[in-house]
Amino acid sequence: MAGAGSPDRGDMEAKDRLAIPPQKMPEQEPAERVGNLREVPLGYTPEMAVLEAKRCLHCKRAVCIEGCPVGVDIPGFLAAVAKGDFASGIRIIRRRNVLPAVCGRVCPQEQQCQLACTVGKFHHDPGKSVSIGRIERFLADWERETEAVALPGKVPSSGRSVVVIGSGPAGLTVAGDLVQLGHSVTVLEALHEAGGVLVYGIPEFRLPKAIVSREVKFLEDLGVEFRLNTIAGRTIPLDELMREYDAVFIGSGAGLPRFQGIPGENLLGVYSANEYLTRVNLMRAFDFPNSDTPIQRGGTVITVGGGNVAMDCARTALRMGAERSIVVYRRSEVEMPARREEVHHAREEGVEFHFLEDPVEITGGPWGWVNGVRLVRMTLGEPDSSGRRSSIPVEGSEFVREADTVLVAIGNSPNPLVASSFPELETTRWGGIAVNEATGQTSVRGVFAGGDIVLGAATVILAMGQGRIAARAMHAYLSTGRWEGLEEAIGVAGTEIGSRVLV
Amino acid sequence: MEPSRIVSKKSLGPDVTMYRISAPDMARQRKPGQFVIVRISEQGERVPLTIADADPAAGTVTLVVQAVGKSTRQMAMLEEGSILHDIAGPLGTPTRIERFGTVICCGGGIGTAPMYPIAQALHEAGNRVLSVVCARTAGLLVMVEEMEKVSDEVLIMTDDGSRGTKGLATDGIRMVAGREPAVDHAFAIGPPVMMKFASAVTMELGIPTTVSLNPIMIDGTGMCGCCRVTVGGRTRFACVDGPDFDGHQVDFDELIKRLSTYRDQEHAAMEHFNGGCRLTGSGGHGSEG
Ligand SMILES: Cc1cc2nc3c(=O)[nH]c(=O)nc-3n(C[C@H](O)[C@H](O)[C@H](O)COP(=O)(O)OP(=O)(O)OC[C@H]3O[C@@H](n4cnc5c(N)ncnc54)[C@H](O)[C@@H]3O)c2cc1C
Ligand SMILES: Cc1cc2nc3c(=O)[nH]c(=O)nc-3n(C[C@H](O)[C@H](O)[C@H](O)COP(=O)(O)OP(=O)(O)OC[C@H]3O[C@@H](n4cnc5c(N)ncnc54)[C@H](O)[C@@H]3O)c2cc1C
Ligand code: FES
Repeated sequence: MAGAGSPDRGDMEAKDRLAIPPQKMPEQEPAERVGNLREVPLGYTPEMAVLEAKRCLHCKRAVCIEGCPVGVDIPGFLAAVAKGDFASGIRIIRRRNVLPAVCGRVCPQEQQCQLACTVGKFHHDPGKSVSIGRIERFLADWERETEAVALPGKVPSSGRSVVVIGSGPAGLTVAGDLVQLGHSVTVLEALHEAGGVLVYGIPEFRLPKAIVSREVKFLEDLGVEFRLNTIAGRTIPLDELMREYDAVFIGSGAGLPRFQGIPGENLLGVYSANEYLTRVNLMRAFDFPNSDTPIQRGGTVITVGGGNVAMDCARTALRMGAERSIVVYRRSEVEMPARREEVHHAREEGVEFHFLEDPVEITGGPWGWVNGVRLVRMTLGEPDSSGRRSSIPVEGSEFVREADTVLVAIGNSPNPLVASSFPELETTRWGGIAVNEATGQTSVRGVFAGGDIVLGAATVILAMGQGRIAARAMHAYLSTGRWEGLEEAIGVAGTEIGSRVLV
Repeated sequence: MEPSRIVSKKSLGPDVTMYRISAPDMARQRKPGQFVIVRISEQGERVPLTIADADPAAGTVTLVVQAVGKSTRQMAMLEEGSILHDIAGPLGTPTRIERFGTVICCGGGIGTAPMYPIAQALHEAGNRVLSVVCARTAGLLVMVEEMEKVSDEVLIMTDDGSRGTKGLATDGIRMVAGREPAVDHAFAIGPPVMMKFASAVTMELGIPTTVSLNPIMIDGTGMCGCCRVTVGGRTRFACVDGPDFDGHQVDFDELIKRLSTYRDQEHAAMEHFNGGCRLTGSGGHGSEG
């Protein structure tokens, strides 16, 4: 099929495109991969990427773009790939997305661009939509491996300086956009590595750390200064930052782990998901004692929760030698917020799932070590305001599952550290920073915010989307000095960056 | 950014070393009761250490560290001039300093080092500072002279009577409280067991007491929850909500147990480290303590 004439879109009939089978991505075998931390999906070959790109029908109305939170020109880059022009493909993506190697791996495409895809609709199976994310990943990897795309040229300095608090996807997006508009950008990061959740939370086998550090390096090459081990509000007071920089962006994330508040949560061997994943990812506990940070290994590990974070915990536990890795979730499988792909991967690797079970107590044995979880069976009730069916405990149904380690993965709240040292900053009821959604402006002049600190625990691409909105508004603010009615100033300021236009 | 260096290093006794480290931002911003997190190497763990003193003009912070395991022993082997891989801070909520009236400052063992800046601030705030400085034996007493400068009285206690009065921290607190008409507040910093018993005594004497807890930590910014402690029946994160808490409300037994979580691994790390040192001939002094 790859040789079937010129791959230009006009030369191929829709029926031929629809006849191309969806290209599967090669993966490490489950039995092998639980013994290592290497990435599970291995990526497309160029041939696969070209074939998959040819499956795009180039619909008149590009519903895929409407599904993308940052509005990437998806048919545009697919057309380039179909022609084998990978350099143009990646350039098109980079116009709207500064972290394609990351997004190609961790975006929930099946709920965004690929959900609406006409090809999937035609096959009555969204799983058969064009694999936009895999092609995006292919292009970003190709770019990195071939070092094909040169740095954008230096732009003249605007003479304005910006400080970004937090180096997660929101902060990195703001930094990348503003440095390319000529502003001097400093990123403060509390931890000893840049990347936020991308380095401390999401495991190596889903997102290799080398990819994140490469993206950070790219920003450094563009002139962004990273100051690690620097806690805004502690190492440098916020009023000092406001004096020394012309604008501030807060992207400090949702790094506050929630617990259920049930008895036994402080027993030995009970971890928050953040602690467990941080030990393995950021602190390299997998390599102990060559690295210094220990972690509990082996035995039976119970993970409480049903999101991506829970899947990451349960799969990491297997790689840390768990004999059994069990996920308990209080609703049923269909309500589980985790990506299908992650659930599928977890099952393949041997993770056991138990639905409609909710912990009421974590039980302990000698010297305060955890030995199990007392659970109550649940039944599904009416859908709640979010449309999800609520779960109701079944009286008298309590029982205990034995465990040597318990991982609590029931969610994260906005990190209160910055707001608590900044009383003038308006916050929302749930502790997030309140912003004008169209601009990312906070209640304090010159201070913008975005990402999980505003949205609550959300996604990489939504954090980037907010970073993009804030960058646009910050540029307008820096160029015009206007704060009231900043929305109107955005168009006037113009946000052309080289080949890239911020929209 | 300039890397942080060990500007000077001084032994304060067996296994206890005082370091002055260049960290200008931290030297400027730190307040009594706050700590830093240090990483010695690329593979290092994040080690929380209290800021014992600071010199904003010289841009240095002082740390007093007891070598108890792999990381702290490895730190003790660093020479003056060495670069610390990472240092972050100041972290934690500063100690609440006010004019209480008469206060007892009880430092046990290495705990006297973090007590020093608190005693100093209390003294400056106009309190009558009665210090109780304790250790197992004379050689383990640290920063006695410094404490003398900022205290109205210093009572030295050793378990074996090799210096000062023979007895435990709790005995010292009773002695001081016994001869005072009123003690308005007490501060106790030291090993968890010592803080537990000191708090029990001050509870009995009706003296409000602040302790500084030292649970295992990772990030020190409230992100992981590893440092959680139970205070007054509520879970608190010591790195952001503390490390200071009301000693009468702390569940010390839980803290002591949680500190032992990685005992086996810590032992393995030490063995691995000693083995590595022997192999490379760089001199593992791991067994001198
Ligand atoms: C385990 C896990 C798996 C996930 N999987 C996915 C996935 O598959 N797909 C997806 O789209 N999303 C996923 N997410 C969610 C996604 O990672 C987040 O929504 C996203 O990272 C939020 O970005 P952010 O920039 O707002 O903040 P973060 O990534 O949280 O970064 C915030 C940074 O700010 C730093 N910081 C905080 N306070 C300060 C301060 N005072 N001074 C300096 N620095 C500070 C923090 O140390 C941190 O590095 C996952 C999250 C977790 C925890
Ligand atoms: C807020 C705070 C302030 C501290 N201030 C000082 C100080 O000023 N001087 C000083 O000598 N010590 C201080 N400590 C204790 C010091 O951090 C530990 O002794 C050190 O981490 C031990 O590491 P190790 O590898 O040498 O020993 P290990 O063999 O790893 O551990 C020895 C013991 O130290 C404790 N410990 C281990 N890892 C950690 C960790 N990451 N965080 C906290 N405790 C741990 C455990 O109870 C363990 O059993 C402080 C701890 C905290 C939480
Ligand atoms: S050390 Fe991680 S939350 Fe306190």
